[in-house]
Amino acid sequence: MIHQYVNNGYHIVLDVNSGSVHVVDELCYDVIQALDTMGIDQAENPVEELKKEETAAGLLEKLSAKYAESDLKDAYGDIVELTEAGQLFTKDIYEQYIGEVKQRKTVVKALCMHIAHDCNLACKYCFAEEGEYHGRRALMSYEVGKKALDFLIANSGNRRNLEVDFFGGEPLMNWQVVKDLVAYGREQEKIHNKNFRFTITTNGVLLNDEVQEFVNKEMDNVVLSLDGRKEVNDKMRPFRNGKGSYDLIVPKFQKLADSRNQEKYYVRGTFTRDNLDFSKDVLHFADLGFKQISIEPVVGEDSDFYSIKKEDLPKIFEEYDALAKALVEREKEGKGVNFFHFMIDLDGGPCVAKRLSGCGSGTEYLAVTPWGDLYPCHQFVGEEEFLMGNVDDGIVKPEIAEEFRGCSVYSKEKCKNCFAKFYCSGGCMANSQKFHGSIHDTYDIGCEMERKRVECAIMMKAALAE
Amino acid sequence: MKHIKTLNTQTLNNTMKKGGCGECQTSCQSACKTSCTVGNQTCEQKK
Repeated sequence: MIHQYVNNGYHIVLDVNSGSVHVVDELCYDVIQALDTMGIDQAENPVEELKKEETAAGLLEKLSAKYAESDLKDAYGDIVELTEAGQLFTKDIYEQYIGEVKQRKTVVKALCMHIAHDCNLACKYCFAEEGEYHGRRALMSYEVGKKALDFLIANSGNRRNLEVDFFGGEPLMNWQVVKDLVAYGREQEKIHNKNFRFTITTNGVLLNDEVQEFVNKEMDNVVLSLDGRKEVNDKMRPFRNGKGSYDLIVPKFQKLADSRNQEKYYVRGTFTRDNLDFSKDVLHFADLGFKQISIEPVVGEDSDFYSIKKEDLPKIFEEYDALAKALVEREKEGKGVNFFHFMIDLDGGPCVAKRLSGCGSGTEYLAVTPWGDLYPCHQFVGEEEFLMGNVDDGIVKPEIAEEFRGCSVYSKEKCKNCFAKFYCSGGCMANSQKFHGSIHDTYDIGCEMERKRVECAIMMKAALAE
Repeated sequence: MKHIKTLNTQTLNNTMKKGGCGECQTSCQSACKTSCTVGNQTCEQKK
């Protein structure tokens, strides 16, 4: 399976099943396209097919009006060589393998700790509904948190690195418990030969020097929530009295990011229908000095005024293209930043098992509510049909975990012929559930945006490889 | 090659032998929380 596209003047051929990325000239691009329409990709043995005289003759007939025969033969030789090397027209050989990987016993390796179902902002798009998650305001007690960490250790098998994200609502509204749980985790990791990697996601309202010092000492990653330009941020992320949060928060985030040497954090925003020109928000962050940036599309109901609609996609695609070009320019000028959704590692990325088996929610990754209930992930919290158990009794509904375990790109019809399936792993199961009532489907608008982002990310690699 | 520049040296099928150890991050732990982004994660064995 191949995917061809032209972006920013680069002719790119992605060989989907091997992950090989080829930057080609226009002639070669046309030759590969012609071979694809001739059915080489579907052939049982593409190499044999390419070596048949009639294939070469058929190709010459198709393209000889546009290109010289010697050039066509030259490109054809390159294509045969790559196909023989297993880098072009490769087959999907992973379905059975993923079935075997999925049968392996999984361990719990990450928890999203809902340390506070309460928030001091009133963001209009919040899936946690100002922190309440369809429920009541609550703070996690130290006792519940301890049991959650004990549950994680007990269910983590031989896995050494255990990840715990302090999430909310706003975690700093329950800061003492966060600190106490980190201390407990540090004590327990020695006893059980584990290594806790703590992360915290915060809106910054309560961020101060004491918090910063602790976070820098103990947290492997920090996610700083902010949407971009002042007017954009303040419209969607006001305080409960309606006042904007930008002026209070930005200096604190800048200070924190610098104090972490501009590493191991993300300033993370959400774009909505109200700022489809979100590339400006990304570049605004870059101009504020941030180096690790994530701005993601909102996921809302069709009826929400801010949600992304299908008709917004052309504009969003233009923005991603413009952003990718701008980021390439900045990189070349020595002013590069990381944009989370354009990060792609063509050589050192995750293994194919990881790429095809899904995000881990419901099996390896669970969310814990303030009162100790377990859900497949933070986005399912409050959806009673997905309540899997609690920190006292463990998983009491293993059938829910089994359903999530059975989810992979091969369980989703829409993923089968999608070129991006090795990059998104089948997409977010919570989004699938939200739009289709099943975790085995996909959120279609999200898929369209993901495909565009993968194209842009690869183009950036091509541009920076020059 | 005159017409083609290949950007990567590794192919995905090569990761089948040692892959699937499960030591890597779960995808939502890094930043996303509302999407699923796996292709940008790091393999713990290559760190």
